Amino acid sequence: MSVNIKEWPGTALGSKDLEEGRVLTVRHRVRAEYAWDAGVAIGRYLRELKAGRLIARRCRGCDRILLPPRMFCEECFRPTDEWVYVQDTGTVNTFSVCYVRWDVARLTEPQLPAVIHVDGASPGMGIMHLLGEVRPEDVRIGMRVKAVWKQVEEREGAITDIRYWKPIAEEVG
Amino acid sequence: MPERVAIVGVGHSDIRSITPGVSYKELMFEAATRAYEDAGVNPRRDVDSFISVSEDFWEGTSIFDEYVPDQLGGALRPVHTVTGDGIQALGCAAMLIRTGRARIVAVEGHSKHSDMRTPYHIQEFAFDPIFNRPLGAHPHYLAGLEMNRYLFETGTTREQCAMVVRKNRSCAISNPRAVYGARLSVEDVLASPPAFYPLTELDIARPADGCFVMVVAAESVAGDLAGEPVWIAGYGWCTETPSLESREWGEAVYARLAAQQAYRMAGITDPFRDLDFAEVDDSFSYKELQHLEALRVCRPGEAADMLEDGVTGPDGDFPVNVSGGSLGVGHLLEATGLHRVYEVVLQLRGQAGSSQLAGVERGLAQSWRNLPTTTGCVIILEKG
Amino acid sequence: MAKVAVVGAGMTRFVRRAQETGRELAWQAARMALDSAGLTLKDVDAVVIGSAPDAFDGVHMKGEYLSDGSGAWHKPCIRCFVGGATGVFAPIQGWYHIASGQFDTVLVVCEEKMSSTYPHPQGAFITIFDHTTERALGPNLLWIFALEMNRYMTVHGITKEEIALVAVKNKKNALDHPCSQLQEEVTVEDVLNSELLAWPVNRLDVSPASDGAAAVVMCAEHVAKRVSERPVWVEGVGWHLDTAYWTNRDLYYPRYVEYAARMAYEMAGIREPRKEIHIVEPYDPFDYKELHHLEGLLLCKRGEAARLTADGVTQRDGDLPVCPSGGLLGVGNPIAAAGLMKVCELFWQLRGEAGKRQVPGTPRRGLAQAWGDLMQVGTVIILGV
Repeated sequence: MSVNIKEWPGTALGSKDLEEGRVLTVRHRVRAEYAWDAGVAIGRYLRELKAGRLIARRCRGCDRILLPPRMFCEECFRPTDEWVYVQDTGTVNTFSVCYVRWDVARLTEPQLPAVIHVDGASPGMGIMHLLGEVRPEDVRIGMRVKAVWKQVEEREGAITDIRYWKPIAEEVG
Repeated sequence: MPERVAIVGVGHSDIRSITPGVSYKELMFEAATRAYEDAGVNPRRDVDSFISVSEDFWEGTSIFDEYVPDQLGGALRPVHTVTGDGIQALGCAAMLIRTGRARIVAVEGHSKHSDMRTPYHIQEFAFDPIFNRPLGAHPHYLAGLEMNRYLFETGTTREQCAMVVRKNRSCAISNPRAVYGARLSVEDVLASPPAFYPLTELDIARPADGCFVMVVAAESVAGDLAGEPVWIAGYGWCTETPSLESREWGEAVYARLAAQQAYRMAGITDPFRDLDFAEVDDSFSYKELQHLEALRVCRPGEAADMLEDGVTGPDGDFPVNVSGGSLGVGHLLEATGLHRVYEVVLQLRGQAGSSQLAGVERGLAQSWRNLPTTTGCVIILEKG
Repeated sequence: MAKVAVVGAGMTRFVRRAQETGRELAWQAARMALDSAGLTLKDVDAVVIGSAPDAFDGVHMKGEYLSDGSGAWHKPCIRCFVGGATGVFAPIQGWYHIASGQFDTVLVVCEEKMSSTYPHPQGAFITIFDHTTERALGPNLLWIFALEMNRYMTVHGITKEEIALVAVKNKKNALDHPCSQLQEEVTVEDVLNSELLAWPVNRLDVSPASDGAAAVVMCAEHVAKRVSERPVWVEGVGWHLDTAYWTNRDLYYPRYVEYAARMAYEMAGIREPRKEIHIVEPYDPFDYKELHHLEGLLLCKRGEAARLTADGVTQRDGDLPVCPSGGLLGVGNPIAAAGLMKVCELFWQLRGEAGKRQVPGTPRRGLAQAWGDLMQVGTVIILGV
């Protein structure tokens, strides 16, 4: 009972307790290595990226064009029906300006992750990627962007075959 | 009386030693499509809850439950994951239904073992990081320790364990789901390369890829569905201890306690008499014998005699692993229990093809979560 | 359906780095929960464990590793997993163990030891992203929160100042929590001036990584009436998991939380949640998340949670006390244990035992909610006396 408990368990350590050897640790680096089968849908997606194109799947059940592509429609629970190329242009749905790496080490140049809604896919169909060739303070939601691809010989069939997405001029009207 | 619960639909993907053509999502979609078709349900409309089983490091993805819903028809529905064997998830499905808050629940388990490049380093990562992992040995050594103690306590021989391999790999030949069907002699097993004494390489079940999905329903709706119901009469699971230092090495305590719970529910007092057949864990050859004793199908030390007398063979009085078991079908990680249940369901429905047993009314499936765990599950299934 | 009660609760202190192993933390919380209910392991029929990614503790099949510390020696034991939402799902799983009639008394234990991961607990999060279409971009967990927060702010025109008020409130509330990791009062300016991690997220917008454990004892009505003078009843439970294709959803609104809440409200017979819920413990790993979740829980209109906060409605002595515990922002965030801490808080509050944290009046019904995965899952439990 909260009010009746005087002593709560759990012993806090500081970094000095470790550095000065007052407590001991056991270190282990796990060897966990994987080679995931990309499968039918993502396998084709990667091959098309290598060719400099983005591809999606259409579901005739809900009439959506799904990106990233999948062989099943999660909404209708049925197989999707056909491959559809989509554009390599889109609109920024949301973005961040990130100053730390995955291990929280500080970055000198911030990264600009974004969710980009891709032209030609159904409304709301976005992918996560990075923005480039733009100052962080100039990025805004709704900004039009276009993929900047790696050189053909550098591509390897990966999402990183697109280096990043850069701003493009708004269409007039 | 709590409401009766039945398995009303079953489905599986192709089972193969490797499945390079498909992703785990595509594997799951294939199994789910078949299970829903078998039950005659639309998951988007009819299924109230979804339960999957998985472990992050088998998948190579942290918080793997993220990637479960779409290919099961469970997007934006009540879905949860159990990090356990598929039979535990079936128990959870039955409990959910018995609360009255769900009528139809889907259960999924899969193995994409071939995605792992270092499966035994990953298995070693399940060992206690302070007491055991620094020893740095291959995780299968634990099975060697256990087998040695089991043989010592019961007087069972390596030859008798080899007979388990011979029986199960031979049964697997007639099972279209089995990957490792083969005609082997006892001498073949004993002469295969030593692995973790007293185990040889052929004493150890090899891995396979595959997915199983089952649809579980309350009695009040089971009759309206397409699939022939097989009733869940009892279930149980138990964890003995994670500690290597204080566990029983000769006896499978977890299986005995899990069976006690399941037998109590099902009203079983004499398993040998009250059950017609069983699919029990045989991920290592001796495990089939050790588990049969823990399940009280026979007394300690007698499982090997039953095997030698042909009692547990496909033509015996108490057939065990006519599917081929894990030795014959392949080990399917957390889906292993669901595979065993699948085989029992087919037998009770009379759909087991050339492996069909005559006149079976009630069967048992038992699983063990493999090394280094002491967690096991039991489920009893019966015809209407 | 059998009625289910919570009859005991316990937790360890939440700390950046605990001397105890994960098993020991689990044992400490489990022991305290049993003691507070006047029960022993002999009374426990089954154990439910909740814990988030194995990568934190650095143990594969972590539920097995934690089982004996959680009291599951020679007992039925199951571990559930719905990412960050696990801490509130574990008592839901405990509920269905008992409401089914299968078990009478269940011990529910949640543990996380995030300090085991090197070089930093955040490193464990890179592997939550899709291994083929996302991980190659080098994402970190802050990305998705920042993307969601930006979207939420932009759609509703909410400012960082308004959001920072949540961090200020919760960290202040936590000063009264004996297990709190952060004992510091902060101002809006402190939050805005703290280190910028991933715009719009600054360091003080975020809860800390922690080690800790929490536990509750749940039992069937006939046991509860025998062992407890003041059982706290489970009135509603709900959970929903949205599509894994998170970039296909508009992140500004957590519809999965709404669906989970509707499921729980329906079971509890609640028609007007704003009037019928007296205490709320929504999931607050980031300050904007509390606002996001209050909207998903239908406790205010979309985009209005910031105003409720500014108006003081969500203060401990306000009309709708929100995170009187101090939440994850103040008490700490050992993922699954933090979610169950919220359930412990409701247990203590509804029994009038929360001491300096006690909300005024006689609250009769509280709601705890957790969130997890790729902006994807909501879990809700409603307790009442």
